[in-house]
Amino acid sequence: MAQPENLLYSKEHEWVSLDGDSATIGITDYAQSALGDIVYVELPKVGSSIKQFSTVGVIESVKAVSDLFTPLSGEIVEVNSALENDPAAVNREPYGAGWLLKIRVADPAEAKALLSPTEYDKIVHASH
Amino acid sequence: MKRTALYDEHVRAGARIVDFAGFEMPVQYAGILKEHDAVRHRAGLFDLSHMGQFWLTGERVPEWADTLTINTVGTMKPLQARYNIFCNDAGGAHDDTIFYRLHGRWLLVVNAGNADKMWAHLNANRPSSGVELENAHGRRALIAIQGPRSVEMLQPHVDLDLGAMRYYFCAEGHVNGVLAVIARTGYTGEDGFELFVDGERASELWQALLRDCGPQGLEPCGLGARDVLRLEAGMPLYGHELTEEITPVQAGLTWALKLNKPEFVGKAALAAQCERDDYPRIVGLVMSGRAPAREGYLVMHDGRAVGEIRSGSVGPSVGNKSIATALVEPGVATEGTRLGVQVRGTAHEATVVPLPFYKRAR
Repeated sequence: MAQPENLLYSKEHEWVSLDGDSATIGITDYAQSALGDIVYVELPKVGSSIKQFSTVGVIESVKAVSDLFTPLSGEIVEVNSALENDPAAVNREPYGAGWLLKIRVADPAEAKALLSPTEYDKIVHASH
Repeated sequence: MKRTALYDEHVRAGARIVDFAGFEMPVQYAGILKEHDAVRHRAGLFDLSHMGQFWLTGERVPEWADTLTINTVGTMKPLQARYNIFCNDAGGAHDDTIFYRLHGRWLLVVNAGNADKMWAHLNANRPSSGVELENAHGRRALIAIQGPRSVEMLQPHVDLDLGAMRYYFCAEGHVNGVLAVIARTGYTGEDGFELFVDGERASELWQALLRDCGPQGLEPCGLGARDVLRLEAGMPLYGHELTEEITPVQAGLTWALKLNKPEFVGKAALAAQCERDDYPRIVGLVMSGRAPAREGYLVMHDGRAVGEIRSGSVGPSVGNKSIATALVEPGVATEGTRLGVQVRGTAHEATVVPLPFYKRAR
């Protein structure tokens, strides 16, 4: 399964779409599939500052509680509040309507620690 | 790790396999919520072959079983099935089980995780004559078909009239030519049947049912969906609502407790507990928000811990609300009481509600 090309990835199965100093963050198709039916998403407050690779929220499926990590440091500009009533959007459209956070990136150089689509694809295949 | 006779079927179908009570079992096929929907509206097919199956024979089985259990065995009619609980001296539950009275023998079905313990318990308490025990755990298979369309899906495959079989009764017959004990029992809150067959014939039966009934909406289901279904239906799961420490009285199962029976293990303790009425008990909780309440989360009242969550899930048949069972102090167990459930350091509001959360229309 090829990974979407225009995104960067973390080992924790988050994706980032970078546009200047603003970034949109979600979890990958592989992650949503591994979690199963998602029933609850807990996201940080708008305005709070988050640090790269730290825990910033929680994603819960019927059976499991999983931490959400941020792939980049920055300030939360927006969270996807539609997920409060429709958490299953993360399952249906992990790269679209199921996005999680938008942040103002603190240090663009941090992106060097993230993975290309090809690199992430190797991780996904290694975990099969 | 042990495997059921249907393990290869699960793997071939792409099921996600987990360890459950020492067995490699399917937790989900297409997805827990999709499988749940199939059982509530059409039907689902479950492999429950990991559960313990014991054969009991001999003229003293009913009177003997009545000394070890809280419900009555001796009053069961031929071909009747009955829920029953084995307790310890303090009234805690060794296991919750179902007795099936067949012609000249009894089938006792126990929880997978308790099968070894129960086999030892039965043998340790067996009289010197009049009771023979046979352990069929792992050799026999158990396939359940559960859901409102179970009768119409299963009927063309069996040589007896399913419509004439009452709930919690059983019969011996054939399913697709395979000799089976066919019982109208289940653990989902829906109509349905449980099929006890020889392990060697299980795969062909599983395949035939899915092939023939798939077009009508029969779906293979895993243990994940089963847990959501039973929780909505208010049915206890051993290790959660019932344990060696949590008694049937605490679990709200007094309907199964027959104190008019002569002596049985745990009777004195359970009678005293009923009398005092001062025990922590299992209640149903509905959360105000969507946050799931997970096993072990603390339940709060006026800033004080008054209990803990024992099971929790989203309830797709309860308006997708977050539902749970909790063991709480008697003072906060009244319906309508507002409690807090401690989720990652924050109290989330919940309300005590009567069980079950879901009851099918009849």
